[in-house]
Amino acid sequence: MATVTNPSTASTGSLTAKALREATFTAVMTFLMFVLFVGLKTDQNMRNELILVPRWGLLAIFVIIAFVGRFAMVAWLQPWRTARKAAKDAAPAQTTDAGFVKRNFSKLAILALVLYPPIILSLFGAQGSLKYIDNFGIQILIYVMLAWGLNIVVGLAGLLDLGYVAFYAVGAYSYALLSINFGFSFWILLPLAGILSAFWGIILGFPVLRLKGDYLAIVTLAFGEIIRLVLINWQDVTQGTFGISGIPKITLFGIPFDASPHGFAKIFNLPMSSAYYKVFLFYLILLLCLLTAFVTIRLRRLPIGRAWEALREDEIACRSLGINTVTTKLTAFAIGAMFGGFAGSFFAARQGFVSPESFVFLESAVILSIVVLGGMGSLTGIAIAAIAMVGGTELLREMDFLKHIFGPDFTPELYRMLIFGLAMITMMLVRPRGFVGSREPTAFLFERKNVSGSFTKEGHG
Amino acid sequence: MTAETLLKVEGVETFYGNIRALAGVDVEVKKGEIVSLIGANGAGKSTLMMTICGSPQARTGKVIFEGQDITHMPTHEIARLRIAQSPEGRRIFPRMTVYENLQMGASLDNQKFFNEDVEKMFTLFPRLKERQFQRGGTLSGGEQQMLAIARALMARPKLLMLDEPSLGLAPLVSKQIFAAIKLLNEQQGLTVFLVEQNAFAALKLSHRAYVLVNGSITMSGSGSELLANPEVRAAYLEGGAH
Repeated sequence: MATVTNPSTASTGSLTAKALREATFTAVMTFLMFVLFVGLKTDQNMRNELILVPRWGLLAIFVIIAFVGRFAMVAWLQPWRTARKAAKDAAPAQTTDAGFVKRNFSKLAILALVLYPPIILSLFGAQGSLKYIDNFGIQILIYVMLAWGLNIVVGLAGLLDLGYVAFYAVGAYSYALLSINFGFSFWILLPLAGILSAFWGIILGFPVLRLKGDYLAIVTLAFGEIIRLVLINWQDVTQGTFGISGIPKITLFGIPFDASPHGFAKIFNLPMSSAYYKVFLFYLILLLCLLTAFVTIRLRRLPIGRAWEALREDEIACRSLGINTVTTKLTAFAIGAMFGGFAGSFFAARQGFVSPESFVFLESAVILSIVVLGGMGSLTGIAIAAIAMVGGTELLREMDFLKHIFGPDFTPELYRMLIFGLAMITMMLVRPRGFVGSREPTAFLFERKNVSGSFTKEGHG
Repeated sequence: MTAETLLKVEGVETFYGNIRALAGVDVEVKKGEIVSLIGANGAGKSTLMMTICGSPQARTGKVIFEGQDITHMPTHEIARLRIAQSPEGRRIFPRMTVYENLQMGASLDNQKFFNEDVEKMFTLFPRLKERQFQRGGTLSGGEQQMLAIARALMARPKLLMLDEPSLGLAPLVSKQIFAAIKLLNEQQGLTVFLVEQNAFAALKLSHRAYVLVNGSITMSGSGSELLANPEVRAAYLEGGAH
């Protein structure tokens, strides 16, 4: 250890000098880069003439930030990181048993989610808890489910799908149209929407059987756009950009959540509140999520799941082992799409309104980034990533105090994409395989061993 | 040997676009034999192997396995007839563990004989047992080749087709691989069709062999005959005594 930290302590003087040098250089570069963008601003004066407004103070702030940042990085952060890395290398490999929390993580997480609504209800009351159950709870769980569904296609089968939101849309519109036009209940339409989405998954699957990687990504992207454009332009059925409103709510096996005498509140003799419906929706989406997770975990151990993973690794080897790659790919698309459809019909029922607005490419991108960020194939990682990305967006909306700093016009959620991008870049640098980069083998002879993260799929594709 | 014919290739022509890679090839493999196919780079060795497996399919001619015409069958169905292939470049599943790789090989029988067969593979290649929890991609070249062969054997094949098992391996390691092939043939009567650049090792091992030049078979005979043949010696053996 002493030998490790030696260079940085012995040469503190030269290090400061080096840091100063680099920081000055960075400051000069920053000045040159920003002098025209930040330092000078074009504006109109009273006579409608174009004038230059200098903003030297702002430019100075930029330059100082760059200088201080670079100095801190060279002088403190880099030596600290090398020392830590050296210490890590020097320390013997630790083989400690995973702690209680780590071993039972998924059980504890499910327990926490089940207890979440009652805790929130008791903390904030029926009205105050709506925000937490609806915006945070349900919204995040929808994305968890979507990402887990996409994980089957991208994470397990290795088929890069940029149009996943199309299946979400198919599910949502199936529920909206069939419930309004034919009066079917949610419980009939949920499986039906899943089947319809799976059917569209197969329709997408056929033409792209021979495609891989970038080409596949382009075709799936186009597929997503086609579905959206059809929804916009087929106005007789979908009412175009106006969307479909007045979608019936979900009932608890026939008991509606409203003020009627047969309503949930009356039957159970509770005071009328919209919170019950939200809590019910929360548990419903939680159940759907658990179903997705359960199916994914089971499928991975079945021949079809193993075939998906083998397909991701090597298609030619798969064929020479007698695996029918056509059906393998189609089932991956179909099952992934089916969960998208489930999530879509839930989404339609929860919103009571669907329009093509909700199914833009950005949604596909967000879902895909959740999968990549979480670590392809890892359910836990994806759930964490969904909480971070979707919950983070919702949190931004809550940050009213920022208005006091940046002025009343500042809307933090507009910076969402900027923060997304920064988070993605940071993640790819720090943990290129996602939050949970290890892949648990599905077969083992004597003991279960996790495979180190450094061997699992990197965030490509 | 007067054993019955297992695989018969009759007048097969294979094209890549308009380019003819195989110009009427006839090959026969009998039960219990090791037959090797030697030839220079680009002679069409791997193409013949892939044609037998149905990708690409032969334009003319026939591939017959156990009396059944398999010329136009899809690859995975050919594999299900228990023609195990270890394709060129090994093609193991790099992110799956050794154990999972073996499991993939056993998918045909629904894992019925899995435990029994895995033990056999671990006896044949003890290195794989040591490495069973490791990811395929972290194995050395020789271990990957062992895994590729073991994975192919997990399907309990009637015919094992190996494409360049010695590719990129140290001489000692390829010797081990060839010894394993020989053992399998002698002990279990496994029929092997071997495509090899290392002509000396392949000929020494094989009962019979074919020489492929520019998409046509120019010579055939027993391994020792071809080893002694001056033309073969000049083209494939001299200047590189293995």
